[in-house]
Amino acid sequence: MGTITWADSLFSLIMFIILLLLLRKFAWGPIMNMMKEREEHIANEIDTAEKNRKEAEQYLEQQKEEINRAREEAQQIIETARKTSEVQGEEILSSARAEAERVKANALAEIEREKDLAVQELREQVGTLSVMIATKIIEKELDEKEQEKLIEEYVKEAGERL
Amino acid sequence: MMDHGAPIIYDLFGIPGFHLNLSNVLMLTVSALIVFCIGFFSARNLKMKPTGMQNVFEWLIDFVKNIISTTMDWKTGERFFGLGITIFLLIFVSNMVGIPFMIVTAEDHVVWWKSPTADPVITMTFAIMVIVLTHFYGIKMKGLKEYGKDYFRPMPFLFPLNIIGEFANTLTLGMRLFGNLYAKEILLTLLASAGGASIVGFLLAGAPMIAWQAFSIFIGAIQAFIFLMLTMVYMSNKVMD
Repeated sequence: MGTITWADSLFSLIMFIILLLLLRKFAWGPIMNMMKEREEHIANEIDTAEKNRKEAEQYLEQQKEEINRAREEAQQIIETARKTSEVQGEEILSSARAEAERVKANALAEIEREKDLAVQELREQVGTLSVMIATKIIEKELDEKEQEKLIEEYVKEAGERL
Repeated sequence: MMDHGAPIIYDLFGIPGFHLNLSNVLMLTVSALIVFCIGFFSARNLKMKPTGMQNVFEWLIDFVKNIISTTMDWKTGERFFGLGITIFLLIFVSNMVGIPFMIVTAEDHVVWWKSPTADPVITMTFAIMVIVLTHFYGIKMKGLKEYGKDYFRPMPFLFPLNIIGEFANTLTLGMRLFGNLYAKEILLTLLASAGGASIVGFLLAGAPMIAWQAFSIFIGAIQAFIFLMLTMVYMSNKVMD
């Protein structure tokens, strides 16, 4: 004590500067670089994760849309099928109806024809029968003259009617 | 302590008054070497996922960064980071090296191994260096005019007080560190000499010695922290608006 050691000052200053430079070169310089690098790395990772998440969301959205579209398409197909079947059914029904109509008309015509035939036959038989009946009655009650006159009359009448 | 001498070379290089305390040279070199080794081995094989010493040093970096950030914004304070971490580590290690033992030569009681920060010349050198740097950066970053105007703030009549304040800052910055560490050294020396004198002395001094060493670690850490903090506070006073 007592004497001021000025050289110590100079020495400690030089020592301090050397230490500062060495520490910067070998210690906190590289470590801080590494810290910065890590920070950037982490930021990058976060960015990538965020991007991936967004992409996944986008894919999900796309998938959903795809599914919706497929569902709509299926609905459409079903709708078309139903419509087609309805139309076809209608067609079948109408053709069947037309067929039935035709068959019915044919049958009616047939019946008409048969009826006409039957009526004709009946008339013929009625004529014969009535003549026979008349003959029997007249045989009993009329004389020859009267009989002949009557027959003639009937024949004439029948001839007119037929 | 009073009867302990220092290994002084008088009139180094033949310059009158230019004395050199070899103990300080030795201890500063040792401290600087320890600091460098801590830094160097922390930075060896750096990894993206930090382990061991790298973690410790990264914690230190964040610690100094936080202290700078409390006094000024990081954009301004980034350039003082090297100064901050070097001064903190050097003073911290300097404070610590004197704790475990002291080496005194037997025949002429010359102290070789002690905390270099227990010498006022060293602490004042650091204090003056810091204050000069604050003035330098004040002028460099704000311009001479703004720097000069600061002496008349907040009131022009406070100019003399501001001038006194600058000297007081320098003196207290250096002397606070010196005083704490010198007291630590004296008490450690006293306890050690008491413990070494006799069996009774050893028994009586043993427990206080351990307690005082533990407290010395605390003092050393606190003083290094205060020195760093005040450095950054004075710096921000000069460079911030």
